[in-house]
Amino acid sequence: MNRFLWPLVGFIVLLAFLAVGLTLNPKEVPSPLIGKPAPAFRIAQLQAENSTIAPEDMRGKVWLLNVWSSWCVSCREEHPVLVEFAQQNLVPIIGLNYKDKREAGLAWLAERGDPYLVSAYDLEGNVGIDWGVYGVPETFVIDKQGVVRYKHTGPVTPDALRNKLIPLIKELNRA
Amino acid sequence: MIPEIGHLALILALALALVQGVLPIIGAARGNAALMALARPAARGQFVFVALAFACLAQAFLGNDFSVLYVAQHSNSQLPAHFRFAAIWGGHEGSLLLWTFILTIWTVAVTQFSKQLPEEMLARVVGVMGLVSVGFLLFMLFTSNPFDRLLPAALDGRDLTPMLQDPGLILHPPMLYMGYVGTSVAFAFAIAALLGGKLDAAWARWSRPWTTVAWIFLTLGIMLGSWWAYYELGWGGWWFWDPVENASFMPWLVTTALVHSLAVTEKRGAFKNWTVLLAIVAFSLSLLGTFLVRSGVLTSVHAFAVDPARGVFILAFLGIVVGGSLVLFAWRGPQVGLGGGFDIISRESMLLVNNVLLMVAAASVFLGTLYPLFMDALGFGKLSVGPPYFDAVFAPIMALAVFLMGAGPFARWKQSSATELLKKLWGWLLASVALAVIVIFAFRHWTAPIVGGVTLGFWALLSSLAYLVMRVREQNASGVWAKLRGTTRSTYGMLLAHFGIGIFILGVTLVKGYETTSEVVMRPEDMTTVGGYTFRFINAQEVTGPNYRGVRVAVEVTQNGTRVTTLYPEKRIYNVQTMNMTESAIDTGLFRDLYVALGEARSLDEWVVRIQHKPMVDWIWVGCLIMAFGGMLAVSDRRYRVPSRRRQPEAGALAMAAAKTS
Repeated sequence: MNRFLWPLVGFIVLLAFLAVGLTLNPKEVPSPLIGKPAPAFRIAQLQAENSTIAPEDMRGKVWLLNVWSSWCVSCREEHPVLVEFAQQNLVPIIGLNYKDKREAGLAWLAERGDPYLVSAYDLEGNVGIDWGVYGVPETFVIDKQGVVRYKHTGPVTPDALRNKLIPLIKELNRA
Repeated sequence: MIPEIGHLALILALALALVQGVLPIIGAARGNAALMALARPAARGQFVFVALAFACLAQAFLGNDFSVLYVAQHSNSQLPAHFRFAAIWGGHEGSLLLWTFILTIWTVAVTQFSKQLPEEMLARVVGVMGLVSVGFLLFMLFTSNPFDRLLPAALDGRDLTPMLQDPGLILHPPMLYMGYVGTSVAFAFAIAALLGGKLDAAWARWSRPWTTVAWIFLTLGIMLGSWWAYYELGWGGWWFWDPVENASFMPWLVTTALVHSLAVTEKRGAFKNWTVLLAIVAFSLSLLGTFLVRSGVLTSVHAFAVDPARGVFILAFLGIVVGGSLVLFAWRGPQVGLGGGFDIISRESMLLVNNVLLMVAAASVFLGTLYPLFMDALGFGKLSVGPPYFDAVFAPIMALAVFLMGAGPFARWKQSSATELLKKLWGWLLASVALAVIVIFAFRHWTAPIVGGVTLGFWALLSSLAYLVMRVREQNASGVWAKLRGTTRSTYGMLLAHFGIGIFILGVTLVKGYETTSEVVMRPEDMTTVGGYTFRFINAQEVTGPNYRGVRVAVEVTQNGTRVTTLYPEKRIYNVQTMNMTESAIDTGLFRDLYVALGEARSLDEWVVRIQHKPMVDWIWVGCLIMAFGGMLAVSDRRYRVPSRRRQPEAGALAMAAAKTS
């Protein structure tokens, strides 16, 4: 073959890769926790200061852990979606109130509605570290055996609920 | 009203760009002088309209017109005026407008400084640049119009990302874009030569100054970006091998190779195809850089605009421009011929090997940058390639290239001998090793990479000096001053650029080898010692800026009991985007930087403080400045100002003289 064609061939291969690359989402970083048991914690609840909550309390149920905070801007976008979703009673949602002031967190729920069964109160962010949280909001799906099955980074959108979360929750509920 | 004028100006600019891109090229193919003559006025008219659009956007920013969506997204009434102006290119749409504006500036410059160009050549060069501009204007008008309205208007803007609120934003992007877009001139010359079928020494000489100027801007743009990241991000790092940094570094490597291969093509008529290919690749990588940053294919701290529709457009554009040029290359390349032959050891062979090394280095950066994308596209999952890969692959290749860089100028064109080279250079090589040993003893600690890096740095410095000494001795003039003046500016330019590389390498090696970092929790009156300096935490005070609140900590620095300086690192929260920013405080010195940044606060009075002692770090940027200055000297050489028509008859004699003197 004509050696002057090689640059063109190389470029066409590159173009194909770039085209495929466009269809992928680099933000979808897989969590190393997927398929592993949910990291354990037992910390105080946000509302009932003297009660605690732990992942093992949820054993036998499919549940969501949603990391939120009153200082988080994207959570404002996400919150109404969660409130509406919670009304469907498809799955219990546990909140993880992350590095927040207790009064601010309570005021947030009072003002915007509370989609959570309970919220765990993670003042120092230690639970967040164990769960590999690097941005708020994040949402984890945990199955009946207490294994993390999915992680959604960023605000939960109606789209994400319809296409990813709800089908997965229904499937896990049947298992 | 003004934004609509801007929008209209863009549409008119597109019409003129079409005229500029199509008619002169047809004219050149048919020998129609009237069509060719359209190139100049069309290019200038396009420049006027794009400049008008740019001015309209500037007016929208400075006048706080939040009914313009782009302004509402990237500015705020509290933002200081100079940042409101720089915010024009703080986002996607405005960056594109800046890109196009700079392209028209380059095009007008070509029409201005082209008196000795044949009409045909000029028509083709300006035409190709017009076609590139068509692509960018279409892109803007169809997917990324900076003048889109927001109705009802926002009360106030969402503000510029705090990370960008820095003098760095004012300088870095325009410089870098001048470099990126500057490669389009060399590209247009290459395409024009392929279209005309004439790749000769004259073509190479016309391309050379343009390529060098683009290279100067790329060098300065990358340098500014690195310096900005160093003081703004608060980590004290100066290069992260981040995809966006790599996107600017690859064109630099290829343009560097191009500058050298153009020299061979001009002086010896060799490497023609290689030179043309380099010119195409350099511009393609500039476009690819735009694609990578703007399409969101790769994530990075820099990628602030992510939109698949835009990605598809850029991909198609890339396919047409690069694919089209490569088709042209495959079609016309075989007819070009080879030019003068040369020996295994000669200036040509040295330059060829250096060129290949620079391309391999660029390819390794390319592979590292796109590897995650390739793996993901093939279904092997997500992974990231970090600095360990780049350091391990890049350093050895460049070490070899720098070694040859020192020896190359001593080799004669066409034929040289290894023993002769060795005879001239072994003393300087030994001196480099000796100096490296002295430096390492001064620091009392060493590893193999440090020894190698320091030796190489001194080698680049000393071999440049040695070459100057040799050239000056060869001069016929009497007296050192007359001899120094008799040496051409392009020779000085080359030496200075190579010298800058040496300074750069010394900076990189020594800061990597000997920097010390300490992260401590400090309260008032706490002290800690880093790199022989004592840092005392004096106090923390709340401060209020025009659009942020924050805390400023005073840290006093002493050395052996004498006060050196007081540093004031800050932590800021910007009002609009409620984003935390770390403002590091740096004491800059010729031989070291002291770098203090605040981490988390335990309370107002108790902070995690990150203190770094960074020896020689500023040499990195000084080295880049010296390189860029060398480029400027080379461009200002007399021979580029002598009209070529007058030179043509004596071209043979001149070429011989050039071969002898350089």
